[in-house]
Amino acid sequence: MEAMITYKPENHLALIAKVEAFAGERLLGREEKSHYHQFKVKGQDAKALIRFLRDDPSLAFAQFIDLTAVDYLKYPVAQPERFGVITTLLSPVLGIRVQVKAFVSGEEPRIPTITDLYSGANWTEREVWDLYGIEFLGHPDLKRILMPDDYEGHPLRKDYPLKGRGERGNFPVYHATTQKGGT
Amino acid sequence: MNGSTNDWATTTLETAVNWARANSLWPMPFGTACCGIEMMAAFMAKYDTARFGSEVMKFSPRQSDLLIVSGRISLKMMPVLQRIWEQMPEPKWCISMGACASSGGVFDTYTLIQGVDQFIPVDAYMPGCPPRPEAFLDALMLVQSKAKKGIAKSQEYVTADASSDPARSVAFRTPDAHYRHNEDHSKPVAAPGSATGSSNGKTAG
Repeated sequence: MEAMITYKPENHLALIAKVEAFAGERLLGREEKSHYHQFKVKGQDAKALIRFLRDDPSLAFAQFIDLTAVDYLKYPVAQPERFGVITTLLSPVLGIRVQVKAFVSGEEPRIPTITDLYSGANWTEREVWDLYGIEFLGHPDLKRILMPDDYEGHPLRKDYPLKGRGERGNFPVYHATTQKGGT
Repeated sequence: MNGSTNDWATTTLETAVNWARANSLWPMPFGTACCGIEMMAAFMAKYDTARFGSEVMKFSPRQSDLLIVSGRISLKMMPVLQRIWEQMPEPKWCISMGACASSGGVFDTYTLIQGVDQFIPVDAYMPGCPPRPEAFLDALMLVQSKAKKGIAKSQEYVTADASSDPARSVAFRTPDAHYRHNEDHSKPVAAPGSATGSSNGKTAG
């Protein structure tokens, strides 16, 4: 029985040709990594590309793998924008993984949600919102998922101090003689 | 003593109670990381805290008197830990197990509490990352020795000669005093022997 995912060079070439034909000028760059392709676009173009990758019958990127983000503040190599929102998809038909890196500005970090395409993106988008403060427009339930609900700030941003802003010392102290009480 | 006519002994009730407490510590495990695995090993047959009368691992704080904080405590977990500590009946003891619980360990970051002893009283610290079960037994025996003397970090204790040092003299709270105290959190527990003080834990034998 043939293995479900086999390496076929023609699949990779067809994928690159199709994406380049679809995106055209909107494609900012393309990288071939060890076992996947990365396509770089602007934030407003990312959803159309992801929808194309999912809906094109010969590509069929049906499986959502992950969604994460990078903060390029203080990054030595110049990038189009401060944030990169990275969506990883898998095509069981082609046996190829694809990353779509969408660049989002640091002033107004906003990007359309893809929860209507992949419902698995719901929690990962909440995580990116929680830790990077990137707003996903149209997300059904955009609230914090890891940090406490009353937390202020987005701690994985590069301008957030590593040791926090004093949150970790902000708890009531239980003294020996006061069971509840002061700090 | 069987067959002897001297089949009785005198002691104070306090000593007997402390002896019983020390040899039946009921732990409330709070395992949040790899230290929790070592804690579990300490409770299993090879190391076996049952030898110290402490095998009843209660995941219910209201039936426990020994809190074992084993692992790193995050911002989101600290209120949970404090609530569990609050729910435990007195007298109670706390073991801070491993580097993370004691000092934050290597995780000097925005989200991690740099030592639970900043916020809850800790009776025994255990070094190690994670500590071996032998270290756990050592800490358990330390807590036992404290319990035998009636010492807990969460409550200071009255001894006969400590009455001259009021700062160190607070008895085990009676349930009565505990409930009254909960009504007004701003006031410390009244020192024993004072006009408003309730009966202290030094019950007459």
